[in-house]
Amino acid sequence: MSVVKIDNVTKEFRGGTVALKDVSLEIEEGEFISLIGPSGCGKSTLLRIIGDLIEPTRGVATVNGKPARQARKDRDYGIVFQDPVLYDWRTVGRNIALPLELAGWNRQKRAERVKEMLALVELSGFDRHHPWQLSGGMQQRVSIARALSFDPALLLMDEPFGALDEMTRERLNMELLRIWERSGCTIVFVTHSIAEAVFLSTRVVVMSPRPGRISNVIPIDLQQPRVAATREEPRFFELVTQVREALHLGADLDVPAVESPV
Amino acid sequence: MSAIAVERPAERPRSRLLTWLGRALLFLAVPLALWGLWEGYRWLWMNQGWTWPFAVDDTTMPHITDIFGALFKNPSSVSGGGDKLGTLLVKSALFTAKEAGVGFALGAAVGFLLGVVLAQSRILQRGFLPYIVASQTVPILAVAPIVVVYLGTLHVAAWFSVAVIAAFLTFFPVAINTLRGLQSADRRALELMRSYAAGRGTILWKLRLPAALPYIFAALKIAATASIVGAIIGELPSGIQDGLGGKILTFNQYYGLDPTQLWATNVVAAMLGIVFYLLIALAERIVVRRAPENVA
Repeated sequence: MSVVKIDNVTKEFRGGTVALKDVSLEIEEGEFISLIGPSGCGKSTLLRIIGDLIEPTRGVATVNGKPARQARKDRDYGIVFQDPVLYDWRTVGRNIALPLELAGWNRQKRAERVKEMLALVELSGFDRHHPWQLSGGMQQRVSIARALSFDPALLLMDEPFGALDEMTRERLNMELLRIWERSGCTIVFVTHSIAEAVFLSTRVVVMSPRPGRISNVIPIDLQQPRVAATREEPRFFELVTQVREALHLGADLDVPAVESPV
Repeated sequence: MSAIAVERPAERPRSRLLTWLGRALLFLAVPLALWGLWEGYRWLWMNQGWTWPFAVDDTTMPHITDIFGALFKNPSSVSGGGDKLGTLLVKSALFTAKEAGVGFALGAAVGFLLGVVLAQSRILQRGFLPYIVASQTVPILAVAPIVVVYLGTLHVAAWFSVAVIAAFLTFFPVAINTLRGLQSADRRALELMRSYAAGRGTILWKLRLPAALPYIFAALKIAATASIVGAIIGELPSGIQDGLGGKILTFNQYYGLDPTQLWATNVVAAMLGIVFYLLIALAERIVVRRAPENVA
C-alpha cells in the first residue's frame, strides 16, 4: 500500500492562480521523496495538501489509505517547516513533548520519549534550555525531534534546512538520513537545492510552474546508506546534472516567477 | 558530534554586584537631578523676577524639602485625628489602593474576557469594537456621578462605585491588547497545531494565550496606573473623604494657605502608581517566559 497517493489534484487560489494542475503522485512506504522546482511551482502547496493544511480544489489526497483529513486527525504525520516554529515560552523538552501532550500521553511517558528524541537528534542535556539559547541548526533539530516524537509513519518537511549555512546543512543532511534509516518512516522533502535533493532522496520529483505540475520523476540509484563520500561519486554528479536539466526544461524562464501564495 | 556553543549567561558575582550598584546609583541620581532642576529653576526665576510662564514663589513652587517636610507635620486644614500628614496620606492611599485594586482586578478580568470573546469571530469584532472604543471617549467625570448614584440606589458601598469607575478605565487597554495578542500567534505555529488536529480550545490555551501574554502585560501596566487615576477621579463626585481624591479636593481649596499639602498628596499618589506598576512588572517577570527581544 502506498503511504501517499495524490490523484489528479488541482489547486486554484482565490484570484485564479493555479498553484497545481492535475498532479498525480504515489509514494511508497520507506521512500525519501524530494519535491524540487522554482518558486511558484506548487511544491509547498502539494506538501500542504498531503498534510491537509489546505484543501485541493479538485482531486483527492490519500495518506495511509485514508483521506488526508482523516490522516491528519489520526496524527499520521509530523511536519517540519523552514523556520523551527518552536514555542519560545516552552523549554526544548516541553516543545518536543507538545504533540505528546495533545495526544494525551502521561507525564512519565512524555519525559521518557523526550529523552529518547533528544538523544536521536544529539541534543541530550538541552531539554531545559529555551529555544532562543540554541543556534539555528540546533533549533531545527529540536523541530525534527518534535515532528518524530509520536512515531508518525510520514514526515513532511518544507525546506527545513533552507535558512541554514552550507556546513550545518550538510551535517543535518547526514543526520536526517541516519534518522530516516533508524525510524523507517517515509519522508516528503521540499527543497530548492539540487545537490541536497539528489543526496537525500530515493526519488526526486521535478516540478515546474504556471501551472504547477510534475514535469519529471528521477529515481536516484546511489548506493545506500549514503555517506559523505557519496557527494564525490561520478554518479552523484550525473544525477545532479540530470535533475538540473529537467528543471531547466520544465521552467519557462522568460515569464517572471510568481510567488506561491502559501 | 561537537555541539555548537550555547549562549549561557555567565553568572559572575562581581559583575552582578556592579550592575546592582549601577542601578542603585541611577535610582538615586535621577531624583537628585530633578530636585536640583526644581530648586535651580526656582532660584533663577525668583532672583531674576521672571514672570513667564508664571511667577515663581513659595505658593507656585514650594521647596522640595518643605513638601517632604509637610509629611511630618500635622495637617493644617483637615482634622488628622492627631496623625501627621504623612500617616494620614498613607491611610488615604491605602483606601484608594483598595478601590483601585478592586477596580483593576474587575476591569482586567472583564477586558480579558472581552478580548477572548472578540478574538473568536470577526463579526463580533465589527459589531462591538466601535462601542468599546466609544465608551472611552465619554469623559469619566460625566459618567462617575451616574455610576455613584445608580449603584447607591442598589445600596452598594460607595467605595465599590469608585472601583467600578476605575474598572471602566482599565478594561479598555486590556481588551484591546488581549485581542491583538491572541491574533499575534505565528501562522506556522497555527499550522503546526492544525497538523496535530488540535481543537479551538487547545489552540487558545497552548498557543494563542501564551503568545498573547507579553501584549496582555503591556496593557496591565497601563491599566494599573489608569486604575489609580480612575479611583481618584471617581472619589471626586462621590463625596468620599477617606481616599486621596478627597484629600486632593480639600487641599486644593486650601492651596493658597499651604501649597505643600497638595504637593505632598501628589507625591503619595505618584508613589502608589509606581507600586502598582512594579507589582505588575514583577508578575510579568514570573509569568512570561519569552526570548528577551520578544518581551513587550
